[in-house]
Amino acid sequence: MRRFVTFSLFVAIVLALWEAVGAAGAWPEILLPRPSRVLSYLGGAISDGSLLEATLVTGKRLFAGYALGFAFGLPLGLLTAHATLARDTIGLVALGLQTLPSVCWVPLALLWFGQTETAMLFVVIMGTIWSILLAAESGVRNLPPIYTRAARTMGSRRLHLVMHVVIPAAFPAVVAGLKQGWAFAWRSLMAAEIFVTILTGFGLGHLLHYGRELHAMDQVLGVIAVIVAMGLLTEQLVFAPLEHWLKRRWGLAN
Amino acid sequence: MTRVTDELAPIPPAKLSIRGVSKSFRSARREVAALEAVDLEVDVGEIVCLVGPSGCGKSTLLALVAGLETPDTGQILVDGSPVTKPGRDRMVMFQDAALFPWRDAIGNILFGLELKPGLPRWARLEVAQYYLQLVGLSSFAHAAIHELSGGMRQRIALARALAPNPTVLLMDEPFASLDAMTRERLYGDLQEIWQKRRKTVLFVTHNVREACCLGDRVIVMSPHPGKMRESFAVRLPRPRDINSAEIAGFAREITAALRLHE
Ligand SMILES: Nc1ncnc2c1ncn2[C@@H]1O[C@H](COP(=O)(O)OP(=O)(O)OP(=O)(O)O)[C@@H](O)[C@H]1O
Ligand SMILES: [Mg+2]
Repeated sequence: MRRFVTFSLFVAIVLALWEAVGAAGAWPEILLPRPSRVLSYLGGAISDGSLLEATLVTGKRLFAGYALGFAFGLPLGLLTAHATLARDTIGLVALGLQTLPSVCWVPLALLWFGQTETAMLFVVIMGTIWSILLAAESGVRNLPPIYTRAARTMGSRRLHLVMHVVIPAAFPAVVAGLKQGWAFAWRSLMAAEIFVTILTGFGLGHLLHYGRELHAMDQVLGVIAVIVAMGLLTEQLVFAPLEHWLKRRWGLAN
Repeated sequence: MTRVTDELAPIPPAKLSIRGVSKSFRSARREVAALEAVDLEVDVGEIVCLVGPSGCGKSTLLALVAGLETPDTGQILVDGSPVTKPGRDRMVMFQDAALFPWRDAIGNILFGLELKPGLPRWARLEVAQYYLQLVGLSSFAHAAIHELSGGMRQRIALARALAPNPTVLLMDEPFASLDAMTRERLYGDLQEIWQKRRKTVLFVTHNVREACCLGDRVIVMSPHPGKMRESFAVRLPRPRDINSAEIAGFAREITAALRLHE
């Protein structure tokens, strides 16, 4: 809470200074508009609904791609952890592709899928899946064998063992992978939206792109602020509670 | 209601027979004979302690009886039927408790009960609570594992092993990582619990006094290859005090045997 107060104060002071110096005409307004201009853009965009719609479009793409990346990444990670063949094939592919900045999938997605929602989804999935796959794999591979042995003596086998021992035991690693996957997915989606216009929906990236085209710097800054806020909110509302819970239950140091 | 009373009803312990069991482990470079031609009969409700230097195959023997490994030769029988896989008639307590950190204390005890067919949720809870109380940790039902002390963890591990109502209890150095004070408390409590829940017990330890305090019989093993060397009957009334002179006497004798076979 104290941190929050300090930070808010800091932001307020910076914005006030910026406003004051900007109002004095220290630089051309067209390159760096004052916070009040950005605010009035945000106000307008909120009231005409364009900002909310863009946020929803982006959010929907992100969520769908992320969920699919998770749905494929987790089982694949379990598979590569258990089967040498899968590890030497899919596992190595994952290792290689994870180093690829996910923006690099954008040209490929365009050629394959054209300017469609599928292209967007593909980019987000590619950003997510490898991180989650590798995290799940390492989580399972570092699972202390004593857990499975203990569970087996109590009659746990196969699917029960996977659902009630392997996955929960790998959970801390999976959360780390989820967080990394989220960061990759979020960045790559923004890049894709800025590069590619899709008629089925304008996301935040598109608003940013058109802000540049129209030399509407207030729009560019406003959208950037929204993007930052979305990132922070996800961190605070999703990952922080998850990690907090992990810490309480597992007693992990971080 | 009948369900729970059935579930908690004491069941007669089993007779455990280990006949001509050998087990070796192969790695890329060499082969280790972990156990060679081991014969052991553990009588109904008897507590047998295994002592011996590191590497003499004590844990391997427990894993074989638990059904986690299969013997190369020989046979293991529980009440006459051969062991082929893990089963809830034989429960294991491991050295470092091996409790699941993603479940709370009672959740760990419930794990084995959830796998028992035909036991409704309320009955499982009742059974788990009974065992929590038996090990004296009723008020820690919802504690996270990392919040428990080493001694408390072993108590929960004991409750977890007892909850499915096994006929054989396998204990692999369960108290090795505890301090002396905690351990001595547990010796007393364990003997009391054994009286209430009679089991056939195989108990592995490095601590000769511990073996004499807890066992009806103490078996000395030697390594490379793992073999049983000598058996000592400890005929002392229970409950026993680990610091008593009689225990010290037995311990001295057994320590001498251990040195001899080293
Ligand atoms: N999974 C395994 N793979 C290879 N070798 C093994 C395996 N398990 C046990 N061994 C070997 O078998 C021998 C007996 O091991 P075991 O763990 O049963 O000994 P122990 O008597 O329990 O020793 P300690 O007192 O140190 O726990 C050792 O030499 C060990 O190296
Ligand atoms: Mg051992």
